Amino acid sequence: MMRNMKKAVSVFLLFVLIAAGTVSLTGCHGSKGLKAFEIPEQFDTSRAYEITFWAKNDTNKTQTAIYEQAIRDFEEIYPNITVNLRLYTDYGKIYNDVITNIATRTTPNVCITYPDHIATYLTGTNLVVPLETLFTDEAYGLGGSEVRFDSPTVDEMIPQFLAECEFGGHTYAIPFMRSTEACYINQTYVEALGYTLPEVLTWDFIWEVSEAAMAKDAEGNFKVNGQKVLIPFIDKSTDNLMIEMLKQRNAAYSTEEGDIGLFHDTTKELLKTIAEHGKSGAFSTFKISGYPANFLNAGQCIFAIDSTAGATWMGTNAPLSDISEDKIVDFETVVMPIPQFDPTHPKMISQGPSVCLFNRSDPQEVLASWLFAQYLLTNEVQIAYAQTEGYVPVTAKAQESESYQDYLSRSGEDNTTYYDVKLQATKLLLSNTDNTFVTPVFNGSTSLRDAAGQLVENTVKAVRRKQEVDDAYIEKLYSDMTALYHLDQIGNAKGISAERMELGKLPKTAVLLLTGLVTVWILILGYAGIKWAKKKHNSRAHY
Amino acid sequence: MKKITALLLTTVLAVSLVGCGGTGTKDTADVKSEGVMTYAEYVAADLDSEVVIETYVQAKQSWWDNQATVYTQDKDGAYFLYNMACSEEDYEKLTPGTKIKVTGYKSEWSGEVEITDATFEIEEGSYIAPAEDITALLGTDELINHQNEFVSFKGMTVEASADADGNEVPFLYSWDGSGQDGDDLYFNVSLDGETYTFTVESYLCDNTTDVYKTVQSLQVGDTVDMEGFLYWYEGVNPHITSVTVK
Repeated sequence: MMRNMKKAVSVFLLFVLIAAGTVSLTGCHGSKGLKAFEIPEQFDTSRAYEITFWAKNDTNKTQTAIYEQAIRDFEEIYPNITVNLRLYTDYGKIYNDVITNIATRTTPNVCITYPDHIATYLTGTNLVVPLETLFTDEAYGLGGSEVRFDSPTVDEMIPQFLAECEFGGHTYAIPFMRSTEACYINQTYVEALGYTLPEVLTWDFIWEVSEAAMAKDAEGNFKVNGQKVLIPFIDKSTDNLMIEMLKQRNAAYSTEEGDIGLFHDTTKELLKTIAEHGKSGAFSTFKISGYPANFLNAGQCIFAIDSTAGATWMGTNAPLSDISEDKIVDFETVVMPIPQFDPTHPKMISQGPSVCLFNRSDPQEVLASWLFAQYLLTNEVQIAYAQTEGYVPVTAKAQESESYQDYLSRSGEDNTTYYDVKLQATKLLLSNTDNTFVTPVFNGSTSLRDAAGQLVENTVKAVRRKQEVDDAYIEKLYSDMTALYHLDQIGNAKGISAERMELGKLPKTAVLLLTGLVTVWILILGYAGIKWAKKKHNSRAHY
Repeated sequence: MKKITALLLTTVLAVSLVGCGGTGTKDTADVKSEGVMTYAEYVAADLDSEVVIETYVQAKQSWWDNQATVYTQDKDGAYFLYNMACSEEDYEKLTPGTKIKVTGYKSEWSGEVEITDATFEIEEGSYIAPAEDITALLGTDELINHQNEFVSFKGMTVEASADADGNEVPFLYSWDGSGQDGDDLYFNVSLDGETYTFTVESYLCDNTTDVYKTVQSLQVGDTVDMEGFLYWYEGVNPHITSVTVK
């Protein structure tokens, strides 16, 4: 028992020492956290650096291989930098792990992320490195004179994608890949139902065809597919669904300053429409029923809305599949932009991975991280990664390259690299970049996005569970979502900087981070107190 | 230390008690409380309908943001509880054998029938299900009747999988080899010429567990006995909790 007690005390003291040591190394510039990063005049290549890179892949071994190859190539160019890769398949998991690791100062150096998530990371002072000065640094910036590889210049970044990473007065991320959402359509079934796909897909069309597809024969099989199972319209990401519908209707979602505008009559009207089709069984969601691709490929779905980055899973000849071959049916796959309310002004979300840098007390280590992050923008990485899915490169340098143009011209040559559905999805984004939009980023924008999706999920679940979705239901839903996601606590925020000044209750993730920081300081003070007392005791004994 | 020893002894005792009972205990059906469904009634209930059941925790998969995912079973059948409302404090109380009353909705996700949007309360009672040998049911229509149950598979042979570089390997990190240590493990096992893909679910059994390490050391051609939960994802996809190489 005593041995265990001693061990526990030792572990505690060790933790205190580590915590004190870590903070003393990084926090000696005051109690506000890390010192703001300043670009060193010269990169010290006499030293060795070990950096961590948390990357997200779409459960795709080619993407993993590209990351690994990029690291090998980079390490060859910079032999003094070692990059340790940690793979994720879920942005949410990266976000959760970063939040957990902020408190212990074990964040990665380079991290694939969403701008919304960075807004929460910014709760810690100087935790995320602003990149605008790095971008333009003559020596180490984009295309800089001291950079040892052929990187794009700032002017060669697609401005719209770069702008998506600007918030709170800084650029906190580098776009890595971009995608949008697309509607993958079983054209064979649409035509079997007596319809012809319009030039621009509309919500009215998709609802009408979906309802028409619900007709059954005397045996209870759906007439269009002859099966017992059919969900004509499945949406993968219901937060995007609501956000895109609101944008197309020019209805409020949130302001750039962080004012919440989600809960209003247009949202109510949209939810009632969704409820109507959820109730008939013509519409469902990924969270409720499963992956749209699995239903589409089994002939159990006609309209599957999913990311262009999911294109390799879509269609009869999809190179990736989660269902057994005997379940896959033959049909013609067409890829179209998501349905619109106003076909003359199409609007669709811009999404995809971005990269942020976490600060360190050693600016040389940050510079090493920046060099690696910049390497991800080279043509070699951009073109290779973009080809794995319906992604597009984020630089004009890559997009306009001969190699990428050749890739685009070879649609349908095979069902792997040149898989036609994937290339249709890629071209969809390339030709609609000007029709894409992003939502404002602020501390709490992740919660708002979650709430937008949950409105749809709860509405569909409610009607499936025989509940009435009327004004009263929706008003209560608004209230429940506001409480669940603490939206009333971020409603008055005025952007990132101002939100820091607000004294209202912080989101849970921010509280976690701050609690961690406070705990570390308490431990430091406790340790210092013990040391002081011991010293005093020892000095008394000596006398 | 005493607490740990006591807990260990209790667990061993509980396991040995049910272990001595033979290969199944379905002969002594659960007696349900007032207003609680029997397993047969649960099976008969429509999807998306509200269900109230009493069941016993067999294993926990994960907890995050006040939601727990739990494998449970009574003496008649199993119930997978997905993202059930649960505080972190209560999650600690959900030890194997714990009896709980669950109210939620019967749902289906990619073939997996589960209870969602559930709440629970802990009740008096304990039960740990023995692993039922269902090796002979593989490939049959009857297999799905055991969905989510704690089961065993005997005498199966490890088959090769193709890794990210196309090499033949005994297991993969993630379904296509795109993952790394700590991710779900996928491995192929065969019986009578038919091959099945089994999974070590990393939230249920992470890379510190015996089963994870055992699968990492498998060789193609090994004969193995396995135990796990009969999870479903677009077909049978057992979440394996133990592997014994024979």
